[in-house]
Amino acid sequence: TLRRVRSVAFPTCLSLDPASSRGDALAPGAENYNSHDALRGNQTPLPAMPYGADSLSLDAVRGGARLPSGPRCGGLRQRRPRRPAGEPSRPSPPPRAWAPLEAPVGVWAPLASITLLSFASRFYRLSEPPHVCWDETHFGKMGSYYINRTFFFDVHPPLGKMLIGLAGYLSGYNGTFPFQKPGDRYGHHNYIGMRGFCAFLGSCLVPFAYLIVLELSKSLSAALLAASILIFDTGCITLSQYILLDPILMFFLMGAVLSMVKYNSCAVRPFSAPWWFWLSLTGVNLAGAIGVKFVGLFVVLLVGLNTVYDLWELLGDLSLSLVTLGKHLLARVFCLILLPLVLYTAQFAVHFAVLNKSGPGDGFFSSAFQSRLIGNNLHNVSVPEHLAYGSVITMKNLRMAGGYLHSHWHLYPEGVGARQQQVTAYLHKDLNNLWVIKKHDSNTDHLDPSCSVEFVRHGDVIRLEHKETSRNLHSHQHEAPMTRKHFQVTGYGINGTGDANDFWRIEVVGRKSGKRIKVLRSQIRLTHLATGCILGSSGKTLPKWGWEQVEVTCTPYVKETPNALWNVEDHINPKLPNISLDVLKPSFPEILLESHMVMIRGNSGLKPKENEVTSKPWHWPINYQGLRFSGVNETDYRVYLLGNPVVWWLNLVTIGLYLLMATCTIVAIKRGAQLTVCVSELSEVLLHSGGKIMLGWLLHYLPFFMMGRVLYFHHYFPAMLFSSMLTGITWDTLLKFCAGCLSCSMGKRVYTYGMLALMLLIVYSFYLFHPLSYGMVGPMASDPNSPMAGLRWLESWEF
Amino acid sequence: MLGFLKQPVVVTAEINMNLVALTVMGLVNRLWALSYPRAVVFDEVYYGQFVSLYMKRIFFVDDSGPPFGHMLLAFGGYLGGFDGNFLWNRIGAEYSMNVPVWSLRLLPALTGALCVPLAYQILVELHFSHCAAFGAALLILFENSLITQSRLMLLESVLIFFILLAILSYLKFYNLQKCSPFTAGWWFWLLLTGVACSCAVGVKYMGLFTYMLLLAIAGVHSWHLIGDQTLSNVSVLCHLLARGLALVVVPVAMYLSFFYVHLTVLYRSGPHDQIMTSAFQASLEGGLARITQGQPLEVAYGSQITLRNVLGKPVPCWLHSHKNTYPIRYENGRGSSHQQQVTCYPFKDVNNWWIVKDPGMQQLVVSNPPRPVRHGHIVQLVHGITTRYLNTHDVAAPLSPHSQEISCYIDYNISMPAQNLWRVEIVNRESDTDVWKTILSEVRFVHVNTSAVLKLSGASLPEWGYRQLEIIGEKLSKGHHQSMLWNVEEHRYGKSQEQKEREVELHSPTQADISKNLSFMARFTELQWKILTLKNEDTEHKYSSSPLDWITMDTNIAYWFHPISGAQIHLIGNILTWASANVATLVYVCLFLWYLLRRRRKICDIPEDAWRLWVSAGGLCVGGWAVNYLPFFMMEKTLFLYHYLPALTFQILLIPVVLQHLTDHLCRSQLPKNMFSALMVAWFSSIYLVYRTFSPLTYGEPTLSAAELRSLRWKDSWDILIRKH
Repeated sequence: TLRRVRSVAFPTCLSLDPASSRGDALAPGAENYNSHDALRGNQTPLPAMPYGADSLSLDAVRGGARLPSGPRCGGLRQRRPRRPAGEPSRPSPPPRAWAPLEAPVGVWAPLASITLLSFASRFYRLSEPPHVCWDETHFGKMGSYYINRTFFFDVHPPLGKMLIGLAGYLSGYNGTFPFQKPGDRYGHHNYIGMRGFCAFLGSCLVPFAYLIVLELSKSLSAALLAASILIFDTGCITLSQYILLDPILMFFLMGAVLSMVKYNSCAVRPFSAPWWFWLSLTGVNLAGAIGVKFVGLFVVLLVGLNTVYDLWELLGDLSLSLVTLGKHLLARVFCLILLPLVLYTAQFAVHFAVLNKSGPGDGFFSSAFQSRLIGNNLHNVSVPEHLAYGSVITMKNLRMAGGYLHSHWHLYPEGVGARQQQVTAYLHKDLNNLWVIKKHDSNTDHLDPSCSVEFVRHGDVIRLEHKETSRNLHSHQHEAPMTRKHFQVTGYGINGTGDANDFWRIEVVGRKSGKRIKVLRSQIRLTHLATGCILGSSGKTLPKWGWEQVEVTCTPYVKETPNALWNVEDHINPKLPNISLDVLKPSFPEILLESHMVMIRGNSGLKPKENEVTSKPWHWPINYQGLRFSGVNETDYRVYLLGNPVVWWLNLVTIGLYLLMATCTIVAIKRGAQLTVCVSELSEVLLHSGGKIMLGWLLHYLPFFMMGRVLYFHHYFPAMLFSSMLTGITWDTLLKFCAGCLSCSMGKRVYTYGMLALMLLIVYSFYLFHPLSYGMVGPMASDPNSPMAGLRWLESWEF
Repeated sequence: MLGFLKQPVVVTAEINMNLVALTVMGLVNRLWALSYPRAVVFDEVYYGQFVSLYMKRIFFVDDSGPPFGHMLLAFGGYLGGFDGNFLWNRIGAEYSMNVPVWSLRLLPALTGALCVPLAYQILVELHFSHCAAFGAALLILFENSLITQSRLMLLESVLIFFILLAILSYLKFYNLQKCSPFTAGWWFWLLLTGVACSCAVGVKYMGLFTYMLLLAIAGVHSWHLIGDQTLSNVSVLCHLLARGLALVVVPVAMYLSFFYVHLTVLYRSGPHDQIMTSAFQASLEGGLARITQGQPLEVAYGSQITLRNVLGKPVPCWLHSHKNTYPIRYENGRGSSHQQQVTCYPFKDVNNWWIVKDPGMQQLVVSNPPRPVRHGHIVQLVHGITTRYLNTHDVAAPLSPHSQEISCYIDYNISMPAQNLWRVEIVNRESDTDVWKTILSEVRFVHVNTSAVLKLSGASLPEWGYRQLEIIGEKLSKGHHQSMLWNVEEHRYGKSQEQKEREVELHSPTQADISKNLSFMARFTELQWKILTLKNEDTEHKYSSSPLDWITMDTNIAYWFHPISGAQIHLIGNILTWASANVATLVYVCLFLWYLLRRRRKICDIPEDAWRLWVSAGGLCVGGWAVNYLPFFMMEKTLFLYHYLPALTFQILLIPVVLQHLTDHLCRSQLPKNMFSALMVAWFSSIYLVYRTFSPLTYGEPTLSAAELRSLRWKDSWDILIRKH
């Protein structure tokens, strides 16, 4: 029995094809390979995995009208047995499917070996080079921030960096290494823990890919091909070996796809334990994927589309009652929408709870946000809550990293608008940031104890007097120094006496009338009364005469942008009672929203500079250009992120091949061609399973063409995973098809040799290119003495 | 034989009076008082300058779109005998007498008027009742925003016309498909679809959206055709080929022909020349061609040349040097080599001249016969006026500290030796022995010692560098960016050995005798590329808006304002139509989903025919609305309300579709039907009333008083200009 079961593991003529058990003419003698029969005949416990050769042959048997009685999740094709609508669902049998001990060696042996190979290839020379490589300088640093609990800002959500920090913490790294720039030596600091963690997740990609392809195609050789492509791809190895977000992202991404595929296979027995398990695991992985990088949204889209398709199929099944449908819908809403949302929010809760000390990220956030951070000057401060006339205030611009409204004794130079006192935005705290709120029509001293306190209300017309110089905030129809279409803002008047151009209407965004204005919380707009323009900061830096501070203008375009909004930060008024800012501390939903706004703005701010050579999405699949991870010169230890060109070009060709094959198949079916059972099974795998993977590739690749931000080569790797799985499925199908067309013994040979040739090609190319990942020392590839000589196939590769 | 004598010759003509009436109403409505106001209105100021350039045959580049639309407008000017002499600089400026305002505005107005019968015909072809079709046409007729846009020299109405024409001809074609494929009528409508699509794309790139929609619809229909097993394989193939020809090949050919006409008509050089490459400029009459005409083609040792950076951004500039040196210390404290500055200078200047020198020889003149420089040769570049050698060394560049400084070497007895050997690499070579050619060759200069590449960094130097552009030696050369490529623009063989004579020679204009002609395809590719990549700076505009404002028409655009009388023209829609269109879309989507889900459960609320009609009409109208609207959310350019008009047109067509569906299938008894009709009459009258109310803002007359204007401000966000008295 053992020998026969093993025969499953080796790809022979259609042995894994369900068609064979039907005694198809194309595969005479196929019954020898029917593992199910073989197993049953010997009363061996059924190999109870929801995937693999076994469930496949079960399917085949079911096709022959013998329904299996055992509990099975399986079947790509017979999705669910028809059941009368009224019949209560049978109690779930014990999930024996989970007992790994019972699994046949035939399925586990390849899995174990590829996992072993994968770990070996990723952990080999993990500690080399012992210095900071490429983006480790960012993510390692951010890991350290978590260990030190200092607040920072990054454009990606926090999960990936938190995990890196956790890994570092557990492995004994104390967070003291500065990670200043690539090339810095680690010295005695323990960095292996963090690299090992990433390498571990990176190694898991290979078994995941293996399981996904196996589940989708039911073909062991397809799965092995896909797995070996990933094992022997230099790019995947390099990317997994360093402290980066990508292995973490790809881990969750593949995890999500795997669990999606698994729960699809469990569709025969909905609401069973494995079904729930895989469905909720999909949700968990989705949360993980978006939690690492926003690119994870693409896999959410993939799962979403798959779920919609799934529900559509269920809806068309008239044997299901509406109540059952409702249950299906609710289960998915719960597991695929609510659960990920909750987990995603929880990540942020942990993030904000851990990072409670002031750090380099403070300036990106609003004043209210900063008051949460220990060590920030807004922490534990008490100020009066509502603005009153006579209050001394500072105003902060709401744009990201916006400065305080500022003025100083210097005048605008000759030729730049009117020669009056400069008004700028200044990023640092300074006495010149202080302004006094006065009524527009009187110059009384409101701080005089005889006056009663009068609060400033939404819609009031006010005058802002600069405290140090006693000039009024003023604007007029001269063009602003940098933004020519805006008006200039100056300080004007002597001791608070100016003209009608000093009057501003103060308004709170989203308020109708008459309310008081709150410190920190109210978003204020200052409208110039005479010209109707709005006070704003353009974000442009002034030349030397303006001390390289930021330009402040009055914009005539009435738009709701953060550039034109301000909030009051410091507030001094001895006549008002101080309250603790703790009352004003933003609630968790507000922090969550704000940090997302800041992240989105930060992401869209990553624009390529003029004349900068950036990587273009069309470069990626052709492996046009890599990324230098470490080392430039001949004596350095050089690591270059570049895909194994043979593998990548094979993937590229396969995409074309797949499209061709799929088109031919689909047109043939549409034209009503009579397909043999064998071919129609193959086309099923090609169209459905291949289609899912192809969709994944498209979703992870095409959106980059529309992104305006700076792109890098490594952004392609998630798509590359899909592309590799597609290669496995496509070539397996193609070879099986060819084999089916020939006579059996011949076909068997074609199939076997074809697969072997592909694998050998991959292994040999890896042997050639492995120094890319494991480090090159010595002369550059252009030098004939170099070990890489002759391997620089494209001029654009730089090793 | 003479049988025709026995029976009289009878010509029966069927004239759909509906169509005639609608066309006449459309013409009256759009063409009435067309030449009022006799002043530049809004974007006429933009399109007008191109019309003038067409009249004067001067070449220009417009990054807003392909040239067909401009050509149509210019054709109007040509018919009206416009000579192009008008300064288009200010909105509101009075037209001088030589500007044929009426004929310039005629074409957009005509196309706008024809949209009315087109809308009628489209609904008829969709198998809706004549009543519904008439309603659709009336809605288009009384839509103020469409009227405003078509009465002026603007392109949206032309675009909408071609879009509707493409839709109509496709529907005609599709209806003929069932009964008589491959007849003359079938071919006519099929080809017309392709032609109309290419015209739409040729007017504005927005037309692409509708083109894609039509291709998708045609794709779905072809897919059904493939599934039709009554057809033989050959006839299916013929059908597919015919569609491919008419919907892909013909539009591409038409699109190319627009550019062909554009480039043939505009043969004179003009203000936008600088954007184009030297080769392109040389193909225009006047301008650079006058200078380069007759230059020697092959660059030889001893050639005197100017080198232009191929990128042309931020401004086109030439490699330049002058007597001034780099400051010893920069403001941030870094040191420099204190040698002669090398910059990129955006103006023609005698200091842009360089001499190509053979490192092995002393002479700076061209030998006889000239020895041409080939790919891979090592040269020295000598600055003509100062005779210093182009040099680079391991010193950080002034603004880009990661790259090397480029200087002209001065022998100060300093520790740094001269490193002035450069390898010439022709990037667009055909073979490795190619000769370096004037204008045509794009060349990289690779420094022999450090393999740095001569590059324009794009940054402007501070005061000490006279704000000229920084030139650097890029060490980590990634790929072939255009900022590293240079081409020879002006060129002559140097004859004078003596420095003084050479200076005289450099100051004198070039002359020699060859001319170059680029092929049409080369010129087309370059122009097309420039149109697509040329980016205007992100300009704010008072009336720009975001796509979200458009659905509810929260914004308007003031087009024109009479400074004395206060008469004004606004782009402002018929708010009732807009609201109804939104409601119709919502109803459609909800009903569609409802039917779809119920059908999946095998419950059919409406008959199969009605369902198919519902899907096809909705696919076209809602699809047309979506493809013309949603992409704007992803665009980063400045957007205006008028960008929404094509989408709006589709949305308006949906209203009668939904209304007829409601009467046919949801009002089952007579009483509700009667009430519904009464409601319809009331609704149509109110649409007409709203149109009348806002027509003073649409046509610009009569002039309204401040109180009347204030009463027209139905939404607070509308910006209607009310003068303060």
